[in-house]
Amino acid sequence: MSKVTEAFSNGKAFIPFLTAGDPKIEKTENYILELEKAGADLIEIGIPFSDPIAEGVVIQEADLRSLKAGTTTDKIFDMVASVRKKTDIPLVFMTYLNPVFHYGYEPFFTKCEEVGINGIIIPDMPYEEKGELNDIARSHQVDVISLIAPTSEQRIQKIAADAEGFIYLVSSLGVTGVRSEIKTDLDSMIAAIRKVTDIPVAVGFGINTTDQAANIAKIADGVIVGSAIVKMIAKYGTHAEQHIYTYVRMMKEAVMTANK
Amino acid sequence: MSDGRFGIHGGQYIPETLMNEIINLEKQYNYYKNDPEFCQELDDLLKNYAGRPSLLYYAEKMTKDLGGAKIYLKREDLNHTGAHKINNVLGQCLLAKRMGKTRVIAETGAGQHGVATATAAALMGLECEIFMGKEDTDRQALNVYRMELLGAKVNAVTTGTMTLKDAVNEAMREWVSRVDDTHYVLGSVMGPHPFPTIVRDFQAVISKEAREQILEKEGKLPKAVMACVGGGSNAMGMFYNFINDKNVRLIGCEAAGRGVNTAETAATIATGTLGVFHGMKSYFCQDKYGQIAPVYSISAGLDYPGIGPEHAYLHDIGRAEYVPVTDDEAVEAFEYLARTEGIICAIESAHAVAHAMKIAKEFDPEDSIIICLSGRGDKDVAAIARYRGRDLHE
Repeated sequence: MSKVTEAFSNGKAFIPFLTAGDPKIEKTENYILELEKAGADLIEIGIPFSDPIAEGVVIQEADLRSLKAGTTTDKIFDMVASVRKKTDIPLVFMTYLNPVFHYGYEPFFTKCEEVGINGIIIPDMPYEEKGELNDIARSHQVDVISLIAPTSEQRIQKIAADAEGFIYLVSSLGVTGVRSEIKTDLDSMIAAIRKVTDIPVAVGFGINTTDQAANIAKIADGVIVGSAIVKMIAKYGTHAEQHIYTYVRMMKEAVMTANK
Repeated sequence: MSDGRFGIHGGQYIPETLMNEIINLEKQYNYYKNDPEFCQELDDLLKNYAGRPSLLYYAEKMTKDLGGAKIYLKREDLNHTGAHKINNVLGQCLLAKRMGKTRVIAETGAGQHGVATATAAALMGLECEIFMGKEDTDRQALNVYRMELLGAKVNAVTTGTMTLKDAVNEAMREWVSRVDDTHYVLGSVMGPHPFPTIVRDFQAVISKEAREQILEKEGKLPKAVMACVGGGSNAMGMFYNFINDKNVRLIGCEAAGRGVNTAETAATIATGTLGVFHGMKSYFCQDKYGQIAPVYSISAGLDYPGIGPEHAYLHDIGRAEYVPVTDDEAVEAFEYLARTEGIICAIESAHAVAHAMKIAKEFDPEDSIIICLSGRGDKDVAAIARYRGRDLHE
């Protein structure tokens, strides 16, 4: 079992996201440790990109704040190396293909292995294109996480059959960001996935309340929350520890109610 | 490797949410491009609505003044809506209708593609929303109002550099949110497959006509054809039917802005590196960590950090040449063409005119070269006046 998949072995998983370097890279390590303390089972670390086309306004702005503060891919690797000395929690990167491509696939994934990154999510790299980095990532023990969307339909089978780590099920059409309602028929999508694989399924995009988290945890293996946390960091800047802890603790408890 | 490659370039680097839509688009396009009824309807629109074929005009005064090759202008500026953009838009909107879409969205830089899309949407009864960088809604205010007159909603994009690339970002985000009833009318030979092919095919009418017209007038092929390149749609249209004519030079003129040695440039081939962005692998202006660079050009239509994948390929194999042209050179050419031939061309097209002015005398007087005059310049008059230190009230 890969380290990413292990995150789901203690019941339903709560997966928070934050943008590395927002508001500054020195703070990200603290926030990651805070997320773990509050009960996170796996943490998504965003490598900021200048033009994140799958993100809503909240994460777009976080990316720009981070880049403006001078965050680079190398500084993020250094930060991860440091945080890895203090925690064993599974860590995955979330970023766009260009920063990875431009770094060079081999150097990038070598570095991931070195610092202890266990997986990567690349929203602008669909099934058809992942061949160009899959083998390299695998040779460095980095799971390439596949996304499945409400529009995937008959594509679900081949994506799921080939998935590793966990499957990122996109809850709704559109970009990331807080939503008041999720209308997609997630049940039938998860059923379709279950027919081909037993890899865990985590749902993300739009989730921000404890009710949403509890409901999704009833049908999925994990709940992903990004914008709600990033919003908190936007609001409280370098003093967000307590707010992050309280929110994530509450969300984790909501997710755990589904274990009963 | 996925479909739709030009050498190593191209591909489909887009969110999973759009994949089925893109696959369906390709299927529908491949069907309709061979459907006689579709082709006839498009031909009819190009002829009776857009005003094709566009003229191939012999610029005699310019030829005499510069000395060297006979200079011909392919007058895309005379099309309905004033630019080559209408060729692609009529095709895509017709396709969108056939696919059962009721709404179209588009990005626009200078506003020409937005105006063309709003026009076709009005004609065909499609709801229309345009995304345009705030910087561009300011410098192309006239085009914003034109789009609104045509019934389109114009969204000023305030993210990032607030120019063309950000307009593409927002249009893509909108498409991901409403893919069921909406077709994204991409305006250039860029983006994920099949867009670079669809747009090139619809723009290839430029070189199809120009090739016939020059053979009729000169009895032989030109020595070179040239066009400005941002994403590269008018250039691809101008090049396409000459690609197999190995003795015809294909010259793309990029916007160098304040110069390729400054940060204020948009010349992708001159200053960019290989990358993956906006759905395609191609060359992009970017920093050493793959962050897309904030590019600059006086021309809103060329103010884009990438280039279409087929251009990247033509560059790789050495079939086409790409040259940088600065703001200063383009403005001088803009004024020169107005003075010499009585034609006010778009500042985008003026980049190609500027390069022709540089190289015309390298050719013999019995040879010819063709410049694609991709658009007319009414929209640019106020900005050029500002550039020359005069403040006009539009």
